[in-house]
Amino acid sequence: MGIPINVKVNGKEYSQEVEPRQLLVDFLRETLRLTGTHVGCDTSGCGACTILVDGNAVKSCTLLAVQVDGAEVTTIEGLSKNGDHPLQEGFKEEHGLQCGYCTPGMIMAAADLLTNNPNPSEQEIRHALEGNICRCTGYHNIVKSIQYAADKMQGKEVSHG
Amino acid sequence: MGSIIGSSVKRVEDKRFITGKGNYTDDIQLQGMTYAYIIRSPFAHAKILSINTEEAKNAEGVVAVFTGKDIADSGVGGVPCGWQVNFRNGDTMKEPLHPLLVVNKARHQGDGVVMVIAETKEIAKDAAELVEIEYEELPAVTDAKQAMEAGQPLVHDDCPNNLSFDWELGDKAATDAAFANAHHVTTLEFTNQRVIPNAMEPRSAIGHFEPATDKYTLYTTSQNPHLTRLLLSAFVLGLPEHKVRVVAPDVGGGFGSKIFHYAEEALVIWASKALGVPIKWTAERSESFVTDAHGRDHVSKSEMAFDADGKMIGLRSSTAANMGAYLSTFAPAVPTYLHGTLLQGLYTTPAIYIEVYGVFTNTTAVDAYRGAGRPEATYLLERLIDKAALEMNMDPAELRIKNLIPPFDGVNQPGYETKVALTYDSGNYEPTIRRAMEMVGYEDFRKEQKEARENGKYLGIGFSAYIEACGIAPSAVVGALGARAGLFESAQVRIQPTGKVSVYVGSHSHGQGHETTFAQIVADKLGVGVEDVEIVHGDSEAVAFGMGTYGSRSLAVGGSAIVKSVEKVLEKGAKIAAHKLEASEDDLEFANGQWTVKGTDKSIGFGDVALTAYVPHDYPQGLEPGLDFSSFYDPANFTYPYGCHICVVEIDPDTGKVEVKRFIACDDVGNVINPMIVDGQIHGGLAQGIGQALLEGAIYDESGQLLNASYMDYAMPRADDFPMFETDRTVTPCPHNPLGVKGAGEAGCIGSTPAVVNAVMDALSPFGIKDLEMPLTPERVWRAMHSNGSN
Amino acid sequence: MIPSSFEYHRPASVSEALQLLQQYGEEAKIMSGGHSLLPSLKLRLSEPGHLIDISRISDLSYIREEGGVIAIGACSTHNAIGKSALVQEKIPMISQAALAIGDVQVRNRGTLGGSIAHADPAADWPASILASEAEIVVAGANGTRNIAAGDFFTGIFMTALEENEIITEIRIPIPPANTHSAYLKFPQPASRFALVGCAVMITRSNGSVERARVAFTGVSPSAFRDNAVEEAITGQAVNADSIKAAADKAAEGVDIMSDHYASQDYRKHLAKVYAKRALMAASN
Repeated sequence: MGIPINVKVNGKEYSQEVEPRQLLVDFLRETLRLTGTHVGCDTSGCGACTILVDGNAVKSCTLLAVQVDGAEVTTIEGLSKNGDHPLQEGFKEEHGLQCGYCTPGMIMAAADLLTNNPNPSEQEIRHALEGNICRCTGYHNIVKSIQYAADKMQGKEVSHG
Repeated sequence: MGSIIGSSVKRVEDKRFITGKGNYTDDIQLQGMTYAYIIRSPFAHAKILSINTEEAKNAEGVVAVFTGKDIADSGVGGVPCGWQVNFRNGDTMKEPLHPLLVVNKARHQGDGVVMVIAETKEIAKDAAELVEIEYEELPAVTDAKQAMEAGQPLVHDDCPNNLSFDWELGDKAATDAAFANAHHVTTLEFTNQRVIPNAMEPRSAIGHFEPATDKYTLYTTSQNPHLTRLLLSAFVLGLPEHKVRVVAPDVGGGFGSKIFHYAEEALVIWASKALGVPIKWTAERSESFVTDAHGRDHVSKSEMAFDADGKMIGLRSSTAANMGAYLSTFAPAVPTYLHGTLLQGLYTTPAIYIEVYGVFTNTTAVDAYRGAGRPEATYLLERLIDKAALEMNMDPAELRIKNLIPPFDGVNQPGYETKVALTYDSGNYEPTIRRAMEMVGYEDFRKEQKEARENGKYLGIGFSAYIEACGIAPSAVVGALGARAGLFESAQVRIQPTGKVSVYVGSHSHGQGHETTFAQIVADKLGVGVEDVEIVHGDSEAVAFGMGTYGSRSLAVGGSAIVKSVEKVLEKGAKIAAHKLEASEDDLEFANGQWTVKGTDKSIGFGDVALTAYVPHDYPQGLEPGLDFSSFYDPANFTYPYGCHICVVEIDPDTGKVEVKRFIACDDVGNVINPMIVDGQIHGGLAQGIGQALLEGAIYDESGQLLNASYMDYAMPRADDFPMFETDRTVTPCPHNPLGVKGAGEAGCIGSTPAVVNAVMDALSPFGIKDLEMPLTPERVWRAMHSNGSN
Repeated sequence: MIPSSFEYHRPASVSEALQLLQQYGEEAKIMSGGHSLLPSLKLRLSEPGHLIDISRISDLSYIREEGGVIAIGACSTHNAIGKSALVQEKIPMISQAALAIGDVQVRNRGTLGGSIAHADPAADWPASILASEAEIVVAGANGTRNIAAGDFFTGIFMTALEENEIITEIRIPIPPANTHSAYLKFPQPASRFALVGCAVMITRSNGSVERARVAFTGVSPSAFRDNAVEEAITGQAVNADSIKAAADKAAEGVDIMSDHYASQDYRKHLAKVYAKRALMAASN
């Protein structure tokens, strides 16, 4: 039995019927074909599915699609028009990704962090990534990528090293 | 040549990943696709008494339900093993059938029993609950050493003592003699615990048979699509290989676990043929935990003999290597040829002997995991040395340096012949160790440590000096050692008429940045821009052949194949240029993308030559048009990266929690194409190696249940578990490949683990503790600190 | 990772939610943020026929001061509570517990009411809810009742909540001005739940402890107040020795959990360590 929902995803309004048990991540990936949001686990532990709902980072595997009725959702595809959000730039400049699988979730978690704490310390960044697992980078360059974005968003000089 | 080689070019592949446009297997949606769900044995060891699929078959939306019997009745056997290691007495390796779905007996938790295929994944999962399977649980065995004992449950009835093979290497008599004359012997009995790879992308496979063309397409999360095609065609399903296309699109990490050919890949192809529809299977993480091949799991007793001067005079080791319930693709090679052969380390030990038992247990199969055998060898050596230093009251750094193999470049001095069947290519080990010591400030640290101890703070420092065999591998050598495949690589360099370059290479990239590094090589050699080079990989239809990515081989072997093709391009290009410039080829030089007649200003650009090759109006007589070359490169030897890692820890005496305060890695991976990418590879390896030391480890109960089969229980390293890493390099080029590169993918994971454990033992030395099992959990450390009443 | 099918209900008021609960009985589950419930639905450890989503009931999300009490709507998120200036000022321990939970994504969605109703023995909330002597306001078919925190947590995943009741509010008494509090935890390294979590609230007068509240989560199948520690520190001057002596009495005579991250005696030891650390933190 479908339930009608209205949701704005990456600025676009959708009116859709969803099965109550459909997880938000499946709605995004399969119904809307926004496959940039990934699934890395089944216990809400890895953060690969992190998106923004009304500006806050959430795990889209731990929300039902019906729960975002009336909400505004931002996925990695909607973070910027041309892939030039300072975080996206930071991840590229600082080699903050390898296989790319955890990357959208990392970037969205970092977006939440920088909204609430524009100038985080290294420890604050590491703490903010508590809900996101990366197996490739050892997190070193992810931390640097987020520092890069923080600097850039505050209009500081960023090193293109 | 230009400066592109050796520069940190930003990755060209990043744009799609940071914008959510990567194309991973589970992202692929085909017309009319159906979904498979695999019902797996909840028991580690059980007879299957009956299976009733009727209700599931009749459920709305269910397309088919298959059992192991259906597969077997179609004449399909199992998944093959790609490496044969026989018994010492000459008996053939025991290689029991590894069925796609089991028929009578499940041999590990997660063994596939029934496949349900439905119109949606929801229906498939719901229908799976309608299948009735009656099991009779059997006693299980999970520990390799225990499994060899008499009276233990047999995983396979025809494998006495659960042995698949036993193996030895080295001179036993000479080694025993060295021990007989030893001034000091250090012994270590330990488990190099089982770890679970956990690439962040769960495995996935889509099978698509198209009756109109008789073509099979498999999309899969693989590190080596061509090998999967070969195994699938020739060994599992008996398909015509030219009708089989295997695509490994973007793959979300592998770390070894996606090298192997898995049953699900064959199942979706087999069922797609049977049903005529595309079928997707994607693992849930809890499935990944029990079906992705695991790593390590060695139980060893190792001993090192020293003379009165602290010189190593002998090493011997006996290892029970857990194979799991079946032999995975490369499993027998890991504890043998990738482990025993590395026991020389960086040291001059004159007598070495190792024996290895390959043992079946009721656990998930074990195979290569980042480093594959070499981390186990390094752990064994570097823990022994540290323990010996403690016992002999010597400085652990000096004990290592005292025993180092002297420098050799492999050109003017020959390679170093080890006592365990390898010839090291080139090495200058002491400067690397010295540099790492300088980075950490060794002498100052000892002072700081002393003061800290007086204040009740427990700091420790740990060394690890490693060497690995990479660039796998000379085909003839590995063939003689039991490999059932060659280990060359292929690359095609196609110059387009406009001078743009397409490169088709067999080395798959799943995080390593090949699309950038390989483009740098080609751009540098041809004098074109990195943006003018496209690297194509991962599709058996586009790329001639490939042996895939593992063993830190992509650059050393795949990169060398690219160089060979580029050289052929330049050779033919020179003929065309000579014709156009009306000069002799011998009078031409190629630099910065153009051929110039030496000593003149007459020149022709690479683009003009490319266009001429495809518009051959004014063209050398007898020369074929086109500018497109393929090469196969089979390495002359392994490559031997090495390095020194130093870890500094602090232990909270109240809780036993270990904090990694600093981690220094000075590695020598030969020449470096892209330092940024090499550093990234090192960082990631360090995290995995430190993870094994402190956090990770599979825990089985007596019945064979994996107790920590989720991220709620299996401690994956997270961002706040690490400091920023401190890395540096020395450069000793590889003498036998055209790029002088050695490989960097596994170094971090190989060197780091013993450095952490040694650091913890150093911190705990006031408590008289010499050894603890990994992972060094807070409880284990705390318990050790309180075991002898020292506190 | 696909829950079994269920019917979804989104009542607009508490009374409507109660009606649904009455109607579907055992078949129904209440969902607030869903961060305790959905993980178990995804693994099919729980397969309710009806899901009643109360998160949109607007009068369940608030944090306000009401005559000596901080009243927190049951559907307030951990993050909202942790970041509340009111909570931070009046009872820092409650803010610390909120911000110790899970990760930012979980804190953005998970709710106080949902977490305590679930009563995971390793959850962060119960310790500070007990130490603060909060009251849990629940609504049922026959009106509302207040359950003292000390009576609420009854066992592993068990509470005093009846099947037809919904938590609507958590009321936390604002302690006197000379009170300090702290929540500290030793996280389980994988899940980051509390292997041991200790909440401490100390009221001092003339340099000695007049009143102490000490509670643990993660140690026993149910969170508990540790009267022995409380008694030992009460009346004492606060210093390293008195704290150590009091902390050493922690977790004695209680049922202690054991798992592969902490055996019973290690967990008991950690309880003493964290009692000490939380007492220290609440003494500064």
